[in-house]
Amino acid sequence: MSDVNTMQIEFTLNGTPTKVDVAPMDRLLDTLRYALGLTGSKEGCGEGECGACTVYLDGVPVNACLVPTFQVRGCHVETIESIPHESLDAMLTSGATQCGACTPGVVMTACWLNRHPELSKTHSVRELMAGNLCRCTGYDGIIDGIECEQRTKSSTL
Amino acid sequence: MRRLEGISKLTGQMQYVDDIHVEGCLWGMTVRSPSPRGRIREIRFGNAVDWSQCVVVDHRDIPGPNEVFLIERDQPVLASDYTRHIHEPVVLIAHESREVCRAAVADVQVIVDEEPAALEYRVLPKPEEVQRGNDNVLKTLKIEKGDVEGALANAAHVVEGVYETGAQEHVYIETQGMIAWVEDGVVITKGSMQCPYYVVNALKHALAREESGVRVIQAPTGGGFGGKEDYPSHLALHAALLALKANRPVKMIYERSEDMAATTKRHPSRVRHRSGFDAQGKLVAQDIDVAIDGGAYVTLSPVVLSRGIIHAGGPYACEHVRINGRTVLTNSVPYGAFRGFGAPQTLFALERHMDVCALAMDMDPVELRRINLIRDGQTTATGQVINDGTDRAAILDKAASLIGLKSKCDEHASFNATHPYLRRGTGIAVFFHGAGFTGSGEVALKSRVRIAGLPDGRVEVLTSSTEMGQGALTVFTTLAADRLGLEPKDIIVAEPDTARVPNSGPTVASRTAMVVGRLVERACDDLQQRVGLDDGARGDVVRDAIAMWHRNNEGKALYGEAIYEKPPGINWDDTNYTGDAYGTFAWAAYAAEVEIDLRTFSARVTDFVAVQEIGSVINETLARGQIQGGVVQGIGWALLEECVQERGAMKNCQLTNYIIPTSDDVPPIRVVFLENPYEYGAQGAKGIGELPMDGPGPAIANAIAQAIGVSADVLPLTPERLMTMMDSAHV
Repeated sequence: MSDVNTMQIEFTLNGTPTKVDVAPMDRLLDTLRYALGLTGSKEGCGEGECGACTVYLDGVPVNACLVPTFQVRGCHVETIESIPHESLDAMLTSGATQCGACTPGVVMTACWLNRHPELSKTHSVRELMAGNLCRCTGYDGIIDGIECEQRTKSSTL
Repeated sequence: MRRLEGISKLTGQMQYVDDIHVEGCLWGMTVRSPSPRGRIREIRFGNAVDWSQCVVVDHRDIPGPNEVFLIERDQPVLASDYTRHIHEPVVLIAHESREVCRAAVADVQVIVDEEPAALEYRVLPKPEEVQRGNDNVLKTLKIEKGDVEGALANAAHVVEGVYETGAQEHVYIETQGMIAWVEDGVVITKGSMQCPYYVVNALKHALAREESGVRVIQAPTGGGFGGKEDYPSHLALHAALLALKANRPVKMIYERSEDMAATTKRHPSRVRHRSGFDAQGKLVAQDIDVAIDGGAYVTLSPVVLSRGIIHAGGPYACEHVRINGRTVLTNSVPYGAFRGFGAPQTLFALERHMDVCALAMDMDPVELRRINLIRDGQTTATGQVINDGTDRAAILDKAASLIGLKSKCDEHASFNATHPYLRRGTGIAVFFHGAGFTGSGEVALKSRVRIAGLPDGRVEVLTSSTEMGQGALTVFTTLAADRLGLEPKDIIVAEPDTARVPNSGPTVASRTAMVVGRLVERACDDLQQRVGLDDGARGDVVRDAIAMWHRNNEGKALYGEAIYEKPPGINWDDTNYTGDAYGTFAWAAYAAEVEIDLRTFSARVTDFVAVQEIGSVINETLARGQIQGGVVQGIGWALLEECVQERGAMKNCQLTNYIIPTSDDVPPIRVVFLENPYEYGAQGAKGIGELPMDGPGPAIANAIAQAIGVSADVLPLTPERLMTMMDSAHV
């Protein structure tokens, strides 16, 4: 299906080898949402300010709206669709989501913080979450959910 | 009960309008006016795209009147030969490819013979700028009680002040979006919105169709805050016009910069106060003048002004009150609904002014407020008698003690005296917010709710009230389940689809839980009666009776229904602006602690306390979330969010340079609910959504004024503005 403007890009998406024909400069966000039908990642601003499109690129959170698709060739991309539901209980209880538009990005950053507990030793959760804008919750519901999850994890270790 | 759609949102499975795949859909985009005012001489189409592959719509494609149906019909769907603001929609384009569509929009030039634009609402327009009446005033309103001039003449103290606030952008994280298509001759629009029936009315009017010829479906909505009250009517019309011409579905999704530049914002305001006090500090007269910038069309400005002036006198008892309000036309992008709807502006002025008065009279700001707070049996500015048993002084004292208003005073004084560049202060504001539509608005709406009893014994709640993050879905489920003694899984809340749901009114004005929720309860009662039960029946009895009814009435539909009835004793005089402006008020006192860095002039909120009486709390997590979110939006308005205007349009229309608070910009928001059930609200609830927008502005400004001695009379108090204020305070 490729024409002069597109190229085949191979990468690993949520653990599955994936090939997609898109223009190399197409934003990863558009490739995920429109070419691959993974609409969990949201567009909030299109310029890397809001974090609603946060995905992991080789394990590191990035704004998918700022990543040209060719850049993920051979890489591992993980999206909100890869996050297990059971890990979200604390955030559901704490009121971490209201309208839900920022939420997938918030969850991606929050889950990444949970995978990297060492960060919380040098930074507050408020600092670490500052790359994800939320207009509904005032952030307390989000911060409470993350801290609750961290406490649960550390008490079960 | 935890948020019912919460997991679907947390996992990214919720399908918002841009997530919905529609086969054969075109992308729709908008060509906008480059000029604030003038005659459209020509529209030039370039050669950059193949126009034969584009669908192009202009005003000539509108089947009915070229008017967006709202309070007045002065705003065109698409500008024809005249434009009144930058970014006014002129031409619509649709194409299969989003890229080509973008290129096509860029390839159209709208040529305008410019005329003098009115861009300043605070001064009288020059003759050549006049476009409405002889002064561009869109609407004036007046509240008058007693003899203000007489009382001011005899007052021991008269204190004056002028206060201003700027525009504020909603920044719902999901931008505006709509899909339109035609099915069996019916125009269907589905998208992000607060008020499906507003969209129905707009489509009927401009498309010249009967109600049966249009259908509106709310898609899951990623935040509204008022910004999706009236604007979705425009977008639905645009998408529908393109879909009708293309004979294919059309999707329009605004990019952030377009959304920020072209859609409505909070009205800028200027409020003048002249307050008279007796020798003990009792308020004897309030003379208040309120002006708001309406922008280029009437939109909702008269109603925003109405709520603004009704709240302008605040929660104080005063015998002599005069409040004059006006909304003024300018050639700016029209201003519209935003959480609080005029009240945050006038309450900022009032509550900042109360601190100014306290300072002028050498009184303690809390004491000045306490002795003037309205007591049961006393009246508001419109003469509404307050008699709800709420201890308003206790609310004030609770907020003052939690923030440490007294205890921190000395601590801050010594800190400020010794620290080289940091300054700390605390401030408080006490206020109220009327829930539901103003005056006779709820009566005029005649809101209707239906509860369907299904053959398997479950029930379905049918309303046009929308979930946009505030928790309507969870609250309606709770209310119906509690009322019928059923499990939440036995309750379905219908998708707001105007082909199925009755008009329960718009999802605005903090009315959904209180007013529509009460209708849900009453419709449940009605359903019970229709299946032969009394309204005390609960649980299996109800399920069985519903199922039995269906066995006896096969193929028929079973509905319980309720229509709004005003609570007894509520009377409003719309001509004289007197009487019961709202069924009830929520009461609150908010307090802030701030720290200002004199090297950068940036102010930070370091502690925030929100104490409020909101009737009964239906769901603590959801209610707290509303307060915390509203407070942080208020902190943004107070300190960070500046719409930089150029020729009546927002220049900084990006999240890069329009700054909203991050998690690191705000402290934990401490929330306290004091409960005093309201007899006519669902489970005793009062409205809550808008209340938290009112308090942060004045509480923070008061804290900053205390810390560094500036006037703090203009919001937002950005570093630039604080620096200027500092300079003039220390000349």
